[in-house]
Amino acid sequence: MVSVEDYGNFDTAWCPGCGDFGILKALKRALADMDKSPDEMLLVSGIGQSGKLPHYLKCNFFNGLHGRTLPPATAAKISNHELTVMAVAGDGDCYGEGGNHLIHAIRRNPDITVLVHDNQIYGLTKGQASPTTQPGMKTKINKEGVFNRQLNPLALAISQDCSFVARSFAGDIEHLSEMIKKAVEHRGLSLLDILQPCVTFNHLNTFKWYSERVYKLDENEYPLNDRVKAFEKSLEWGERIPIGVFYVNDRPVFEESLDVLSSGPLIRNKVKTDSVNELIDGFM
Amino acid sequence: MKVDLTIKIGGAAGQGLDTIGSVLSSTLMKCGFFVFTTQFYLSRIRGGHNTFQIRISDEAIKAMDEKVDILIALDRASIENHLDEMSDGVVIVDRDTVKLDDDFDSLFHVPLLKIAKDTGGNKLYANSVAVGAAMGLLCLDFDVLSNVLSSIFERKGQEIIDNNIKAAKAGYDYARDNYPQGCKFDIQQPEKHSNKMLIAGNESVGLGALAAGLHFLSAYPMTPSTGVMNYIAGKAGKFDLVVEQAEDEIAALNMAIGASFTGARSMVTTSGGGFCLMVEALGLAGITETPVVIFQAQRPGPATGLPTMTEQGDLLFAIHAAQGEFPRCVFAPGTPEDCFYMTANAFNIAEKYQIPVIVMSDQYLADSMFTCERFDASKVSVERHLLSDEEIKDMQEEYARYRFTSSGISPRALPGQAGVLVGADSDEHDEFGHIDETQENRIKMVHKRMNKLELLRNEMPAPETYGSDDAELTLIGWGSTYGPLVEAVDILREEGHSANLVHFTHIHPLPAEKIKEMLGKPGMKVCVENNRTGQFARLLMVETGIEMVDNVLRYDGLPFTPQFIVDSIKQKEVL
Repeated sequence: MVSVEDYGNFDTAWCPGCGDFGILKALKRALADMDKSPDEMLLVSGIGQSGKLPHYLKCNFFNGLHGRTLPPATAAKISNHELTVMAVAGDGDCYGEGGNHLIHAIRRNPDITVLVHDNQIYGLTKGQASPTTQPGMKTKINKEGVFNRQLNPLALAISQDCSFVARSFAGDIEHLSEMIKKAVEHRGLSLLDILQPCVTFNHLNTFKWYSERVYKLDENEYPLNDRVKAFEKSLEWGERIPIGVFYVNDRPVFEESLDVLSSGPLIRNKVKTDSVNELIDGFM
Repeated sequence: MKVDLTIKIGGAAGQGLDTIGSVLSSTLMKCGFFVFTTQFYLSRIRGGHNTFQIRISDEAIKAMDEKVDILIALDRASIENHLDEMSDGVVIVDRDTVKLDDDFDSLFHVPLLKIAKDTGGNKLYANSVAVGAAMGLLCLDFDVLSNVLSSIFERKGQEIIDNNIKAAKAGYDYARDNYPQGCKFDIQQPEKHSNKMLIAGNESVGLGALAAGLHFLSAYPMTPSTGVMNYIAGKAGKFDLVVEQAEDEIAALNMAIGASFTGARSMVTTSGGGFCLMVEALGLAGITETPVVIFQAQRPGPATGLPTMTEQGDLLFAIHAAQGEFPRCVFAPGTPEDCFYMTANAFNIAEKYQIPVIVMSDQYLADSMFTCERFDASKVSVERHLLSDEEIKDMQEEYARYRFTSSGISPRALPGQAGVLVGADSDEHDEFGHIDETQENRIKMVHKRMNKLELLRNEMPAPETYGSDDAELTLIGWGSTYGPLVEAVDILREEGHSANLVHFTHIHPLPAEKIKEMLGKPGMKVCVENNRTGQFARLLMVETGIEMVDNVLRYDGLPFTPQFIVDSIKQKEVL
């Protein structure tokens, strides 16, 4: 049996009280509950405070570039689909710099889980607006308040028929670890947007602010594969903010479209020298 | 050389130049000739003026020359643009479709369209009529053409094969019956050669990657590299590999790195503009020590530049691209054989040193077809440099991906192997891949990585020499210019000059000591490059202190011909 302790304990570089701690805790709990051992897990992250998460967890990890979490995660899964691959990103990382990769990852639908630490602000570069920052918020750069419209990641993902779309809150570890489990167990690309307060730079969207607003979606409220209803639900943001699973479908998974993977991971395939020689003969 | 003829096919994009060109080159090759072809095309899907040029000889040829003996003119522009390239040659033109105001002695009207309709019932067969007419003027064996047509149209069924053969034969007969002197080029058909192949640079790179056991290729299409992606994608099913068209070049290289991290032999294909977008990920491969092969087919830049033409303008960029310092390897194949064996070896070097390896080609090498010795896939070795499960079981200490070793190369395990956890990081990191920003660690990690570059430098071979070692004039070149340079040296020597060639394919890191030994002797040195600033000459100067007396540079988008090189050298009065 895998326990939470198998995933280790590390000192972190996060601010005291950061929402990231809740995510780390919920993730460890979910992995232990699912009996996933560290050596079958691969965490791929980008840059930002979220990108450091794999360093605070004993497992295989690839901490790459800002915004570039999804391409290496996708290809790692193709290369060895026996690994459980999770991508960890921030709102700037996944929705800003990496927005294009998110759109195309949704189109591809590899069986990976995307955890987005969404604190609606840039933390590591000290307080600039992110794609999910609320309009009107003043920052060092947006002296008159942010003008750009707030990106709605859930509505975007549902509009593109993302295979699994959910939201959770770093202040509710039990809910978050349940959502992580559901996301990992779902076959196909799972996007889990996690409301994560930034205690240092976002004084608007605080633990208190989120706690007063979030409510859990009733799973019986509407069928989870109803895209239109899910889309409608995803537009709800303000006094009340729904958390839970918004949308699920069972679109074909990218790896399943690759016949070559049916005999085992790609990396075990050997060179076909005879076939190369046959091709060469074709040029004679 | 008893035979040295050039056939040029000119027309608009979409008129079938490619078909005529490849059928004719294949046929001439099967007749026993050495064949060399180049293409000039514009960045458009239809229209414009493109050419496909074929040079044939009974002896080995390595480049294109400048005179034309047969011009197949599918449009008026072909005549307007290329008539002055004709020696005592023949222009094959269908005057029913190409309206011409003037008459020239060299014009030979062949009613391509009419013959096509009469024989096959369809204007599409006009291309086969044209090929037949060229074969007729050369008075070569028609059966060879007939066999080539059969195999090319095999998949389309017997009726299509028969119609093409009928059309070609009618063109062949028309030329022999109607050309005033009968066989215009009455040439001896050489002995059939046994071990030769006709292949383009891009296909050779693709074959090299397949021979090396490529698992994963990700790319965004970009001329002139796309041929490699297309070639490999066409073989993906048979070779158990995955080709993924990425959303952009940024994703392409990040994907290849992710696949490689988990153990796949990975590659990207691109051209300069795409490589620009990959630069961020190039550094990621550098600091995470993830092996990856980058095929970069150069074209003239900057930005979009001349999308379908040739240049060697990206050399110093490739060597220096990305912030910070890290080891990388740059190869520049000069021939299809180089493309095949060096691409395959690029995977071994990438995995041995855990670095990115860049294979630099260009439009000229990518698209030209060369007659060369048959490649031998069994000569390619596959060296993975990975820890086996047994080795991991016997390990005494906890696995560390970036273990400090005397060579700088850390034993490489893969995520998913039992008993190890593998961590990689774009931040400066400790032996386990965890972020470590201390000065002590930074210095040790920089040394570890850069040590590998010095090891690799020792492994890089000296350049190849053509001609005698003690020549008065040494031409220096790198990459795709090999063929024109060899022929330029031949021309100079035939004219009584003392000249040789030193040609580089292993560009970075340069084996400076070996080069100083070779080139440190007195004698005039001229570097010949397809760029404006003499990038390789500058690199040689910096790395070895060796100076050129002058440079021959070309940057109009066209490749060098041997005669261009010879003429430029004479103009520079170094001889």
